[in-house]
Order: sequence, then C-alpha cells, then structure tokens
Amino acid sequence: MSMPGIEIVLYTGAIGLTVIGLAGLLMVRNVFRMLLALVILEAGASLLLILSGFWETGVAPIILSGLSGNTPGQLMNDPVPQALVLTAIVIGVGVQALALALILRIKYQYNTLDMDKIRQQLEHDIASNAGVASPASAQSPDSLALARSGSMESAALATGDKHNG
Amino acid sequence: MIWIVSIVVFIMLAAALAVLLLPNMLSAVAASSVVSLALAVLFALMKAPDVAMTEAAIGAGLSSLLLAMGLRRLGLWKLDED
Repeated sequence: MSMPGIEIVLYTGAIGLTVIGLAGLLMVRNVFRMLLALVILEAGASLLLILSGFWETGVAPIILSGLSGNTPGQLMNDPVPQALVLTAIVIGVGVQALALALILRIKYQYNTLDMDKIRQQLEHDIASNAGVASPASAQSPDSLALARSGSMESAALATGDKHNG
Repeated sequence: MIWIVSIVVFIMLAAALAVLLLPNMLSAVAASSVVSLALAVLFALMKAPDVAMTEAAIGAGLSSLLLAMGLRRLGLWKLDED
C-alpha cells in the first residue's frame, strides 16, 4: 500500500473502457461502428479480469519464490484470470469475424448500414414472407389508434407470425 | 511507474473515444488498434507477459487486419470524409 494510486488508475481505465464501449453499442446507428464498440467493450472486460488477480508487489506467474532472483517472500499474480483472458482474446477475434460476416451479408442484401433502415426492411421482409400486410411498429401512433378502435386482427396476426418466425 | 500507467491509460481512453467520434471509418479502425496496443502495454506493466504478447499479436494485429479488410469489402475504404 505504498502506492495506492496505481490500482485506482487501472480501474479507472477498465471501467472507462467498459462504459465507452457500452454507450457506443447502445447509441450508435451504424452497424460497423457497433462492431468497433464491441471491440472496446471486450478490451475493458479483459482489463477488468486481469485486474482481479493483480497486486503491485506480485511477480509474473509461474515463477516461484527463490527462482530467477526473486526474493523468497515474493508472491506471484494470480495466473487463472490471465489464462481466462488469454482465451477470451482469441475468442473475441472469432466473434468479430462472425459479426463482420453478418455485416457483409446485410450490406449485400439491403445495401445500407443504417440500423433503422435495416430494421424497417427486415420487418417488411418478414411480413411479406408470412403473407400478411406489412405491420407498423407497435408503438407508432397509427397502430395505437387502430388498437383502440378494435380492428387489429391483421396486425396482431402479423406480430404473432413475427414472434414465431 | 504510476506516471507511465497514467499516460498509457489516458491514451487508451482517448483512443476509445476517438473510435466513437471520428467520422471516417478507416481512422476509427486505426484508433481501435491503438486501444489494443495500449492495452498490451498495460498488460506487460501488470506482470502478465503472456497476455500482453497475445493481445499485441492477435488483438492489435489480426483484429485490425480483419476489420480493415472487411472495411474494403464494405466499400468504406476512403481517406477523405464523405
């Protein structure tokens, strides 16, 4: 505890990365930038995991005390979170490749990367494949007025098909 | 030691903000590579050398290569802003 600041700085970095990644994932409309925000979120999570097994006076695992010039009372950092993060980095690249392949398919199919346009076209495609009229959003004012007037069978059928499909 | 860590953490957070705020996609991918590199330096300073090697090779190298090649296929490989 001679230098209590370094862990606080590292925790600030980890939590800051996580918050920036989560905010980007929720607020950004471009799907490719959502993928970049996911990369940042992975980085923050791995830094937080490494920090859980870290203390300032520790040495690198698995060097035991007395080997390679360590003073005999010295302890090593916890190697289990490090192995976990080592696996998570590799799997994270696999997740990025899968998301990139999905983004490429979306680009070829709909020729846009905007989240709202993709959602509209997806709803239209699902409704046309189910053979019903294209439904409006359940929160839009038109469908709310329709639901209040009581003639909502086709839209209800469409949403039921959408949940099943 | 604490000054080095503070500077690297500051660079990492600034690059993470730049990923979300830069209008050009190619520079956003480069900023995410900067985030991974700063993270590798932090891992090396935190006595986790195996994780640092993996993060520098895979997180900064392979991931950025993958994203940049995907960017070229998406047609967003442009140096000027649109």
